Amino acid sequence: MIGEGIQSTNQRKHSYVQDRVEVGFFTDPSVCIGCKACEVACKEWNHVPDDGFIWSGNSYDNTGHLGASTWRHVMFLEQDRPKGNQVTGSMGLLPNPQSAIQDPQSEDPFRWVFLSDVCKHCEEAGCLEACPTGSIVRTEVGSVLVQNDVCNGCGYCVVSCPFGVIDRRPEPLHDAGGAFKCTFCYDRQKSGLVPACAKVCPTESIVFGRLDDLRARGVKRIEELRQQGFNDAQIYDPTETSVRGIHAFFLILGEPEAYGLPPKPQVPTIYLKSAWSSAFATAIASIIATLVAFAFFS
Amino acid sequence: MTAPSEKRLEELRDKAWKDGVVPGKGVDVAGGPIPRKPGYYGQPIVKPPVWTWEIPLYFFFGGMAGMSAVIASGAIVFHHVDLARAAMWLAAIGGAVLSPILLIMDLGRPHLFLNMLRVFKHRSAMSMGAWILSAFGACVVPGLIAFELRSHQIFPGGLDQLLRIAAGILIFGAAIFGTLLATYTGVLIGATAIPAWFLHRTLLPIHFGTAGLGSAAAVLELLGHRIPALNFLGFYAAGVETALLIWLSVDKHGVADRAIHEHGSGWLIRIGEVLNGPLAIALRFFSFIPLAAISFLLGALISRIGWIAVGKVSGSDPESVFAAERY
Repeated sequence: MIGEGIQSTNQRKHSYVQDRVEVGFFTDPSVCIGCKACEVACKEWNHVPDDGFIWSGNSYDNTGHLGASTWRHVMFLEQDRPKGNQVTGSMGLLPNPQSAIQDPQSEDPFRWVFLSDVCKHCEEAGCLEACPTGSIVRTEVGSVLVQNDVCNGCGYCVVSCPFGVIDRRPEPLHDAGGAFKCTFCYDRQKSGLVPACAKVCPTESIVFGRLDDLRARGVKRIEELRQQGFNDAQIYDPTETSVRGIHAFFLILGEPEAYGLPPKPQVPTIYLKSAWSSAFATAIASIIATLVAFAFFS
Repeated sequence: MTAPSEKRLEELRDKAWKDGVVPGKGVDVAGGPIPRKPGYYGQPIVKPPVWTWEIPLYFFFGGMAGMSAVIASGAIVFHHVDLARAAMWLAAIGGAVLSPILLIMDLGRPHLFLNMLRVFKHRSAMSMGAWILSAFGACVVPGLIAFELRSHQIFPGGLDQLLRIAAGILIFGAAIFGTLLATYTGVLIGATAIPAWFLHRTLLPIHFGTAGLGSAAAVLELLGHRIPALNFLGFYAAGVETALLIWLSVDKHGVADRAIHEHGSGWLIRIGEVLNGPLAIALRFFSFIPLAAISFLLGALISRIGWIAVGKVSGSDPESVFAAERY
């Protein structure tokens, strides 16, 4: 929390890896200022190469989407809705500014929302299930880690992630060929350090800590925000789907779709049963057809 | 050095200065409408496949090789020795040479291809596929060697008898793993997060497996084995493919699988299915067997390319992902 200083879980040393405690990220756009320090810190610590110098024209976001060389991505949403009790518009020109304060909807509402997106570290992770080399593993702290020296770059995790996080790094970037995503700064965590993005976040929009503490904190934060007029604040953590919850969860204002988050993500292994049944049926049908062909048409 | 995006900025500034407005991308100025692209600025929700041309070719050759081993087994049981030899060669070249080469070429780090066999994960279709292909290769190559040694009568008496049993077991094993090699590819792309793929996870293994069987029969016919048994298999495969074409055009999911019915990817699917379905049947019906075989092979190849193209289109389409959640 703000005001905790070095006692905040974002700043103090810890032993979560040694104690095998489940940890997570709680990312809160209501306090994010869109500074992108998390993106920079992530790139610097993890030696992540650049992800292109493209001017997207999408608000202040030239990063685009998470990918092999983008492990934190600050989104910039421009929405025609009020942010809490904020009053937007040219108040000085209004005949009666007081009416706008009483009813923010009556004015031309506008809000700019920033949210730092990251790998969700799913409870049931599609990439981890799909990986044929065993390169992707679950760590002691419950995060999902790609072991870079094992990955042979088959690309199957890319189509198995319901959030479109992991990707294969193309040529001519450094270390091309393998699949990359957020490591949850596993190397830092092993030494008792906080992940780089959370460590630098100046407003504690990104909070790192024990998963159970963070979930409680999320619920409390929603209550606070509701009292301040953020009627559409909600927690994005798909516990009801086959993903069974995410370790890096978010507070969002409005609908998940606007943040490029699927409302009901599914881990693709749930499709295996019907697909394999169909495959076995086809295999048997092909054998029967071949036997019939030779037995009756020779 | 000026980066390309810097140059673009300069262009936009020049245009704004001259005309007062810039209609290009990324210039929704203050006071303008808030962009209403689906999702987050129209960005993809899931990632489209990174696979390139090697993978559809692998689907084509792997399917053909796998089902070729099934035809070889049938031919041995019913004493078509020449056909069995041709089918085994087709299976060995397709399954033990071309397939591994194509798969390794597609890897981001080809020198680590052996890592595929580090673990056995039944919940990963890619891992199962790597093991199926390995088992197929381990059966089909020694099976072919045993078959050839025996037919050239190199060893006398007892040893020859042993070879006969070994060849039988290995070719039968190749047939079993071959059916899985031809069909698992449907599971591979069916059990993913790509909407147009997972919505058709039941259809895909049927399509890939049957296209494999028809392709194997077609190549053997083109090699000169014009026997009624292969003609029957040609009819069977083209008949199933025609049924799948009807299934695809009835079982539509609107926006969720529009990549199959729209865009260039939709055309690839349609052209492929017509070539290896109705057209192959019609040509075979009028006894244009080589033409029917070529039509089927082309269709099988084009529809494989089409399904990978569908994955790229569908995976880049945020509306498809949202719409697919209803199914």
